[in-house]
Amino acid sequence: MNWLSNNLDLVLELTVQHLRLAVIPIVLGFVISVPLGFVAYRYRVTRGILLTVAGLLYTIPSLALFVVLPAITGISVLSETNLIIALTIYAVAIMARSVADAFASVDPGVRQAATAVGYSSWRRFWAVEFPLAGPVMLAGLRVVAVSTIALVTVGILVGVQSLGYLFTNGFQRRITEEILTGVVMTMVIALLVDLLLALLGRALMPWARATRSVSRRARPRDAAVGGASA
Amino acid sequence: MFTARNKGRLAITAVAVGAALALTGCASGDPLDSGSGGSDSDSDTIVVGSQAYYSNEIIAEIYAQALENAGYTVDRQFQIGQRDAYLPALEDGEVDLIPEYTGNLLQFYDDTATATQSDEVYAALQDALPDGLAVLDQSPATDQDSYNVTAAFAEANSLTSIADLANVPDLILGGNAELEERPYGPTGLKDVYGVTVSFNATGDTTVDALVAGTINIANVYSADPRIASNDLVTLEDPEGLFLASNVVPLVNADLADELAEVLNPIDAALTPEGLVALNVLSVDDQESSDVIATKWLTDNGFLS
Amino acid sequence: MNLFLDAFGWLFAPEQWTGADSIPERIGQHLFFTVIAFVIASIIAIPLGYLIGHTGKGREVAVAISGAARALPSFGLILLLVILVGVLQIGPSVTAALVILAIPSILAGAYAGLESVDRRTIDAARSVGMTEWQILTKVEIPLGLPLLISGLRSGLLQIVATATLAAYVGLGGLGFDILQGIQTRNYPQTLGGAIVVVVLALLLDALFGLLEHFAVPKGVRGARGGRIASEAKAPIEAQKAGGVAQGVSAAGR
Repeated sequence: MNWLSNNLDLVLELTVQHLRLAVIPIVLGFVISVPLGFVAYRYRVTRGILLTVAGLLYTIPSLALFVVLPAITGISVLSETNLIIALTIYAVAIMARSVADAFASVDPGVRQAATAVGYSSWRRFWAVEFPLAGPVMLAGLRVVAVSTIALVTVGILVGVQSLGYLFTNGFQRRITEEILTGVVMTMVIALLVDLLLALLGRALMPWARATRSVSRRARPRDAAVGGASA
Repeated sequence: MFTARNKGRLAITAVAVGAALALTGCASGDPLDSGSGGSDSDSDTIVVGSQAYYSNEIIAEIYAQALENAGYTVDRQFQIGQRDAYLPALEDGEVDLIPEYTGNLLQFYDDTATATQSDEVYAALQDALPDGLAVLDQSPATDQDSYNVTAAFAEANSLTSIADLANVPDLILGGNAELEERPYGPTGLKDVYGVTVSFNATGDTTVDALVAGTINIANVYSADPRIASNDLVTLEDPEGLFLASNVVPLVNADLADELAEVLNPIDAALTPEGLVALNVLSVDDQESSDVIATKWLTDNGFLS
Repeated sequence: MNLFLDAFGWLFAPEQWTGADSIPERIGQHLFFTVIAFVIASIIAIPLGYLIGHTGKGREVAVAISGAARALPSFGLILLLVILVGVLQIGPSVTAALVILAIPSILAGAYAGLESVDRRTIDAARSVGMTEWQILTKVEIPLGLPLLISGLRSGLLQIVATATLAAYVGLGGLGFDILQGIQTRNYPQTLGGAIVVVVLALLLDALFGLLEHFAVPKGVRGARGGRIASEAKAPIEAQKAGGVAQGVSAAGR
């Protein structure tokens, strides 16, 4: 049982690599989803289309998407860009819907009040709607973050290095400790990132806590999503 | 008050985004980075690849350390996966060197190849390789597909060769999913030896499935230490269903001459038993590939 | 686009539809493991979720465990269980992994469903003399059904998608076509296999979408569509309960 102590460097290296592969699609997914989700919320027709397409994309098995993507995009099979594109697609599939729901959760009265006091639609978006949609968006982002971090590991089946390396390599060599290390480290990263996002949300959106303690109905839905930190 | 708070929030966002960017930025220099081919623009850097197979990674690590010892800078792109993933990368020059196996590589480029003996395969392979790729000297070490049965099953049915299977009913062959489609798979068994089998894709659990009796015949690589540790009987292949498959470095043709100087002596020193021993160190002693490679290179006088 | 044409070529070739290793057989294998895992996960998660939702006890623990379980990498979990339980018990090990992966969604659907019931409705039920059991079975469960079904739907989709990874340990199913396609460079086969998984998932999803629609009790259905606020709230909650896997269209839409 000395595998871990002999391979700390490898584990650390793979963990950093894993985090890097996960962070890019999480950030990209969020940035792409905000306009998409907003359009879906504003126009009923697009909402139906968006939700259908997102649902469809999410059902594609990750393994198949990782393999087929280079054949479609023409990017070298070796390139981790394929993995990043695939994970961004999954992130958008979850997040865009979340963003649409987030804007829908903003009280229409507040929106009307902002218009009434003379906010332009651009200013109303950034100063009122976007911040108030924040808590629901954050909940979606946390789901995206955790699932992306877990999905990165499947990339090892198409040769992209991450903690997933420990799964296949440990399985071939029958080293349980190696696989276990991979599973635990993946979870640790996921839960840390989740915690970080929750703390970030608390710092950026202090009003979310205030409303939460008032409305009992808000509690179950937030917590159902959240991680251990919720 | 509101603006002050806003600034604080902005700062936190900036820090978070900055941290994310820093993480992305600094980690791209990571040696495990399987990214762009831009890194080999430096002519002194040799990009060494490996298959997603622990034994292949050990050989790749041996090559990598030997090259480093000879003054090269090495970029390791290990565990790339299957041939269809890394061969295009070699042809494009994204990867310069990867340990290969003569027979399987020949079949990849020429699925009608008839050569089966080691030297014939090596000669045929040199003809079959696309321009831009070259193989260096082949090693005596082999790691090829082979059909194995348990000692008890061999005794009960008096089996020594694949041909003896023709009289045994209800055979189940286990191996990787790809075996079903390979020329030496169920179709080859039927055509060459008249042996009828059903197929079970047992993947990395093939040996376990054989020992437990869920399959009767297992396709195992000949350098797999579990053949010895599980007392398996490798069936002889008189008709040459399998191609001999020696370890051989597959390289970018432009680099062939200079790499040959470093790698040919190494391949000459790697024996079939030596390769099994390397695999044992990995599986039984749980050593990492760089430790195993350093040990082997030192023991064989390539490192001091 | 050629790849897609080739994939459909592979998909509709007659040899894929008859005999051993045919697509129907793979679908059968795939559904077999999916259904077993789904049923076991439901048997564990629904009563537990109802207990938590009704009593309000153990909720923090359940949330924490569900959160942690969502972070589990499914591929690693499958390999870990296969190696721990024994490489010959592949069927049970993979099923166990799929059960673990589906539980969080179903559990969340069950307790979020009960918690979504308006307190005043429950107080009203209590005041007309209903027992706790009657409140649970006649008020909370029917009213929470859409969210439960939404959770079940997410759990099921998660299982269907993850079961493709089972091919790596030799369990067959639709992942086999995908994996064999990768190993033999037959990308049309890989894409064809993926298309079958997607279609299967969409069909199951549509089925649950219908169930969810009919699960809204008649008395409530009219009221739900009427108010903007609750209309907006329903999909959000449905999605939350669903968690990682999406719930496409939500209750009442």
